[in-house]
Amino acid sequence: MSTSAAALETRGLCKSFGALPVASDIDFRLEQGARHALIGPNGAGKTTFVNLVTGALPPSAGRIYLGGEDVTALPQARRVKRGLARTFQINTLFRGLSVLENVALAIGERMGVAGDLMRPAGSRSGVIERAFAALERLGIAEDAGRLVRELPYGRQRLVEIAVALGLEPKVLLLDEPAAGVPGAENGTIVETIESLPAEIAVLIIEHDMDLVFRLARRITVLVQGSVLVEGTPAEIGADPRVREVYLGEREHR
Amino acid sequence: MTATAGGAEQAIGRLAGRHRLRPLEALPWVIAIAAYFLFPDYLPLGAQVLIMVLFALSLDLILGYGGIITLGQAAFFGVGGYTAGLLGAHGWSEPITGLLAAGAVAGAFGVVTGLIVLRTEKLTLLMLTLMVNVMLYEAANKASTITGGSDGLQGVVISPVLGLFRFDIFGRTAYLYALAVLFLAWLLVRRIVHSPFGRSLTGIRENVARMHAIGSPVLLRRLTAYTIAAALSGVAGALLTQATQFVGQESLSVDRSGGVLIVLILGGFGRLYGAFVGAPLYMIAQDRLSALDPSYWPLAIGALLIAVVMLARGGVLGICDTLIAWLRRRGRP
Repeated sequence: MSTSAAALETRGLCKSFGALPVASDIDFRLEQGARHALIGPNGAGKTTFVNLVTGALPPSAGRIYLGGEDVTALPQARRVKRGLARTFQINTLFRGLSVLENVALAIGERMGVAGDLMRPAGSRSGVIERAFAALERLGIAEDAGRLVRELPYGRQRLVEIAVALGLEPKVLLLDEPAAGVPGAENGTIVETIESLPAEIAVLIIEHDMDLVFRLARRITVLVQGSVLVEGTPAEIGADPRVREVYLGEREHR
Repeated sequence: MTATAGGAEQAIGRLAGRHRLRPLEALPWVIAIAAYFLFPDYLPLGAQVLIMVLFALSLDLILGYGGIITLGQAAFFGVGGYTAGLLGAHGWSEPITGLLAAGAVAGAFGVVTGLIVLRTEKLTLLMLTLMVNVMLYEAANKASTITGGSDGLQGVVISPVLGLFRFDIFGRTAYLYALAVLFLAWLLVRRIVHSPFGRSLTGIRENVARMHAIGSPVLLRRLTAYTIAAALSGVAGALLTQATQFVGQESLSVDRSGGVLIVLILGGFGRLYGAFVGAPLYMIAQDRLSALDPSYWPLAIGALLIAVVMLARGGVLGICDTLIAWLRRRGRP
């Protein structure tokens, strides 16, 4: 892997559902250690982009590179093994399992012990200890024994991040990390994202502009499946086209 | 539970010690051995119950833990049954190798069909498993020169177990043989559900999208579980063949697939012991009620199922959980 390679890159990425294009010719670079935001109005194709990159959806055309290597043909699980992790816009957790086990499952998969049929899962103390340490880092260790479904939604958002971090990713895709979280708890999530290790390249898909301008050092604006413009927060904030399609729309609400 | 550091330690301890044996887990075995001495006249029925427990246990692995809904598990039961029967009818009468062969053939059939049906989910999966079962039933019917068709496979000869214990008409050997096999299978399934693999199966049941997202090879995991369950179902079918020295086409019937599902729902699925509760309940009720009047049994099982679905989704064991929780609450000042 060369140092010049982007952590994540797409070239000419396209996706159509029947006649409806949801991603058209997306060229995108996420640099090593980036704090990059992907914004755009509803239906711009942001989540579709995440699903294409992770392999949840097959692209109609185009290539996807992780650390300079073509992963377009790889299934989802293999991309995760190469350091790509994501969170979901809507909590996608093991609701009937404890918080600790949610993270332990991810860590077990990363360490390659999850296929073991015979040794008791509990004797893998390395896995459980690492899972607990991950919860401690995010300040949710006191919830370790509680079932995910018993937690308030905002807490569950943190578990989403903890599970993704348990995979020790090089690239982390955060799909609206603060969606559905009451304003007061928003701060905890922002702080959590701010404190992520610098070597992880982070792509944040977000609606909340305050959050985007606080966290991102680069912003890409997606409109109707195409990249409208990319730049620094200052450039994006000043761009009249962005104001028109995005910020303008927001003022009408 | 309060949110304290103690609670966190408890959470770690619970996860780390879940696989340890608890005293209560000896109960089914104590009852099974006691039943051997207390009800010597009912041992043939007892053997059938034990075989049903094994069959339901194999289903629990994929349905209760893996979340794979199937209406075709009798296909594997029947494949195992016919394998053991055909071996016995063609000169291979040694029972233990017959059992292993039946498990291997049923497992192989599980791999082949699993590769097709496990690519789907929910209703499609249910229909495909049902189709596999129906097609196999019809194939066994058509191939009557091999299987005996609707008359069943006759002339099955089974040698004494370990060369010592003949299958007697009182069902003593059959009962103890089935009990020993069930015990080994239980040890295996128990190990599997508490292994990292078993926990990842639970993860697949809880949320497939998340399992993909944490890099789990979901199809491989489900296929592995499906194959193990198929092999164990095949062993159960082979046990029935060896205990009765006969294979009826009924061993492959969709009725049997439905029956084992009912057993597991009655007992409670996803908890390893649902099979141990549901199978005796189902089969003893069937035996007693049918003896009174043949129409009582379908009526009773219908009413029981409605009651479980409406009132107690967790089955009998679910009711026990609720009761224990209620008593604990009452016991607290």
